Amino acid sequence: MHPGPNGARLALEASGLTKTVDSPSGPLTILADVDLRVRAGETVAIVGPSGAGKSTLLALLAGLDTPTRGRVAIAGTDLSSLDEDGRAALRRRQIGFVFQSFQLLPSLTALENVMLPLELAGDPDARAIATAALTEVGLGARLEHYPRQLSGGEQQRVAIARAFVTRPPLLFADEPTGNLDGATGRRIAQLLFERNRAAGSTLVLVTHDRELAARCDRIVALDAGRVAG
Amino acid sequence: MKPLPMLRFALRGLWRELRSGDALVLFGALAVAVASMTAVGFFTSRVSAGVAREATEVLAADLRLESANPIPAAELAPARDDRLRRAEEISFPTALFHGDRSQLVAVNAVTAGYPLRGHVRVAGVPYGPATAIATIPGRGNVWLDSRTATVLGLRPGASVRVGAIRLRFTRVLAFRPDQSVGLVSLAPALLMNAADLPATGLVQPGSRVTYAALFAGPPAAVAAFRAHLRAHPDAAVRVREAADDSRELGSAIDRASRFLNLASLSAVLLAAVGVAMSARRWASRRIDGVALMKCLGATQRFVLEVALTELAAIGALALLAGTVAGAIAESGIAWLLRSLVERDLPAASAGPIAIAFATELAMLLGFALPPLLPLRRTAPLRVLRRDVAPPRLRHGVAPGLALAALFAILWLMVRDAALVVDLAAGIGVVGVVLGAAGFALVRLTRRFRGGVGVAWRYGLANVSRRGTASVLQVVAFGLGLMILLLLAVVRGDLMREWRASVGARAPNEFLINIRPQDAPALRRALAALGAPDAPMVPVIRARITAIDARPIASLRFASARGRAFATREQNLTWSADPMPDNRVIAGRWWGPADYGRHWVSISTEYRDALHLRLGDSISFDVAGEPLTVRVASIRRVRWDSFRPNFFLVFPPRLLDGAAGTLITSVYLGPRARPGLAALARRFPTVTVIDVEAILAQVRSIIDRASLAVQYVSLFTLAAGVVVLLAAVQATRDERRHESAILRTLGASRFTVLSGVAAEFAALGLLSGLLGAAGAAATGWWVAHHLFALRYAPDPKLWWIGILGGTALVGVSGTLAARRVVGTPPAQSLRAEA
Ligand SMILES: Nc1ncnc2c1ncn2[C@@H]1O[C@H](COP(=O)(O)OP(=O)(O)O)[C@@H](O)[C@H]1O
Ligand SMILES: [Mg+2]
Repeated sequence: MHPGPNGARLALEASGLTKTVDSPSGPLTILADVDLRVRAGETVAIVGPSGAGKSTLLALLAGLDTPTRGRVAIAGTDLSSLDEDGRAALRRRQIGFVFQSFQLLPSLTALENVMLPLELAGDPDARAIATAALTEVGLGARLEHYPRQLSGGEQQRVAIARAFVTRPPLLFADEPTGNLDGATGRRIAQLLFERNRAAGSTLVLVTHDRELAARCDRIVALDAGRVAG
Repeated sequence: MKPLPMLRFALRGLWRELRSGDALVLFGALAVAVASMTAVGFFTSRVSAGVAREATEVLAADLRLESANPIPAAELAPARDDRLRRAEEISFPTALFHGDRSQLVAVNAVTAGYPLRGHVRVAGVPYGPATAIATIPGRGNVWLDSRTATVLGLRPGASVRVGAIRLRFTRVLAFRPDQSVGLVSLAPALLMNAADLPATGLVQPGSRVTYAALFAGPPAAVAAFRAHLRAHPDAAVRVREAADDSRELGSAIDRASRFLNLASLSAVLLAAVGVAMSARRWASRRIDGVALMKCLGATQRFVLEVALTELAAIGALALLAGTVAGAIAESGIAWLLRSLVERDLPAASAGPIAIAFATELAMLLGFALPPLLPLRRTAPLRVLRRDVAPPRLRHGVAPGLALAALFAILWLMVRDAALVVDLAAGIGVVGVVLGAAGFALVRLTRRFRGGVGVAWRYGLANVSRRGTASVLQVVAFGLGLMILLLLAVVRGDLMREWRASVGARAPNEFLINIRPQDAPALRRALAALGAPDAPMVPVIRARITAIDARPIASLRFASARGRAFATREQNLTWSADPMPDNRVIAGRWWGPADYGRHWVSISTEYRDALHLRLGDSISFDVAGEPLTVRVASIRRVRWDSFRPNFFLVFPPRLLDGAAGTLITSVYLGPRARPGLAALARRFPTVTVIDVEAILAQVRSIIDRASLAVQYVSLFTLAAGVVVLLAAVQATRDERRHESAILRTLGASRFTVLSGVAAEFAALGLLSGLLGAAGAAATGWWVAHHLFALRYAPDPKLWWIGILGGTALVGVSGTLAARRVVGTPPAQSLRAEA
């Protein structure tokens, strides 16, 4: 990986990131000129009110969407130099995700959901590794359960196990506690930071929960599509 | 990704996919199509083999060699195949004596085993009830037809002189399978044992004897022998096969197999609608999973490979299940029909499995694959933003290609390009018309929303709000109902119409060899028996010598029929008007001003077999006189009317000089038939041919075919149910959500369910209306164009269609949607989050 300007390796680098969409009342800029540098191993919280453009930024950083202007580099690889399959391959190797709405496949068991990224990467030991990952998040007894048989908190544990199972150097989390009650949310946040520390990954966490943001190394505030303050 | 993990990944989810309704409906649609294709294929292959075997009864054999001389043993060498049974039949005319009376008869001396196909029927007394018999006359015995027995005043047990010996008359010969074969058959018939023949001293060099060698056996052995005969042609020996001689049967068989193939195609087309709907739904249900997988790093190729593997696996399972179901269904029909079939049907061929596979492949590629292909372009962003547009699951041109493939397969089965083109055009027109009508009807429901209760308002609102989907469903149900109505109601009407036209009062007696001077008296005699207006049709025999001035011997014809037309003596007639069951389809019929012109009107069979066109010239040898005429018109002839009909008809006055006889056909009721004895005595030259037996054969084929078609309609019904399930499945999420909202707002479960019932009842009513209209129109078209029958839709078609559609779609749709509506609202709303 490349050394950053201040000597540390950069896990993620975005510059001049702008997203403009067409709306009934003409073009609408939902993200304007966002610059962001995240060092390897750093944890960064992106905060801001609803509609500030947090999810939009996350999607651009992860290569799920393409910016109107600006560029994103992950571990030194410029996303704009990759096609869709190339970005998918990069995500497969480098990135883990945790979503607000869990995003488990309802037709797969907990174990199969966690095996999914391993299988996509062609790992022959997918089953054993996934079993271990689920055991680590406290769901060793629920391997064969389907998402609908699990509570919200349990589903998010499965999602966290899935996010870390390929040991990705970079993790994106979009409001991971947003759909959970306060106590469960705190336990999930605890688990997320724990797993992150254990994996030594870089974490980019989107949240409007100040308390959660405060646990990160750095906070980036977003308002109306711009980095504030 | 390596193929093995991909395969494992794809197959692991298969069982679950099948249990999820969407893939199950897809599987069901494919399996129904395969089952219908294989069941119909197995069954038609058996029935048509059976029917072909029945047709061979006209020859009393599968293959028949005829010659004026004993057939050289060398020629028959390959027939020593153990699998071929054989018999001999030696025929010649002679005089039969009893006391001081004599009668010209055609002797048929046969060896044991005759007839190899079909049965001889005999009676105890002249014109008495006949029964089938499995033996030939014993040595010293003779069987005579009713007319001869009557003319000679014979009682059973009487002795008659045949050549040098005396034989005992033991039974009345009512029917021989091959009685319409050859010239001598026109004379009254005598059946005797060939072992008695040498003693008669009648077979001498120079006598007019026809030697026939009859063969029958398994198709492969017959085909091998036929191939040998083709490879070693002998001008002196004539090879006769079933197809040459069974015009009436052929025409009926043709119709029967058209009905069957039509019915099977209808099930397949309907199943294709089910496949398209369920595959679309299946694909759209995968979108979220695909978005997630792509977010986790799956490539487009992986996404596609997984979907294709699952599709292929579902296809393979459906092929297996469908073939098993088809085979079971086929043995069911064979069992059902056991009472109708005298013997066991021949075994089915495996060909239908290949055809079913090709059909399934066309359905998969044309209807299931297109909505799956765009899946690979799903935006991974959907995991973050649910409102990101899903990929458009378009069908593109593939369904058109698949339809073309299905019609190509149909063509393979019926080998009738014109029928297939007509059918394709018909279905296209029906689709467009149904679509337009469905659209109009759905629009109309908007107006009827006002005064009805909340449930109906909600249901009708759904019909018009789901505009395109409703039109699609109305068209699919309408098409299904139309096909069912066609099969259940219109087919019945058409069958009745057809049976009536062949039917109960179709001529059952042919009178031939009528001398012109006897005609008026014979007519009066027939009128006295209850058959007035017997048409007296002149018959002249002639041979073709040239076509367009090219000698016939120099011309080559592809078909056996063409060669037969070109080389055999033809029966021709003249007439001022076309026969009642003929339709002039090209050229012009003659008026009085044209009488005596050198014109001829030919039948379509003649046109096709001899490659003739309007204006071509044909030269004949009419009893030694040359005659050259131009083709002035072409007629389509309904041979199964059992009225005298001719390939060749000339204008009046042209053949005035030629000597000929007359023929007629009449219907005589059971009570009038004994009167034939007196008639035969009064007009000794006239031969009466009883066509009742042939008619019975044709009727049994019709009965068999209609039963089979009814059976096939069960598959169409199954396909209709699949379409219904696919339609319900397609709107499941929407319905669950709506029901949750309605119930949250305080609607009772019953109100919501009533709304659903109202929606499906309305859809069913519209579909029923559409289906009945479509069936009536199609019935009229089919009757008019394919079968030359008259058809006026029965009023019951309408109420069966409308009530049936409302009940069928209303009840089954409500049942299918019941579970969705029953989901507790909290659960549905949470699942939506
Ligand atoms: N494709 C789009 N079309 C129109 N508006 C969009 C689109 N994507 C995002 N937006 C708008 O941009 C703003 C930011 O959205 P989002 O990034 O989801 O905000 P956050 O995650 O901070 O709540 C919102 O007002 C949203 O409605
Ligand atoms: Mg957001």
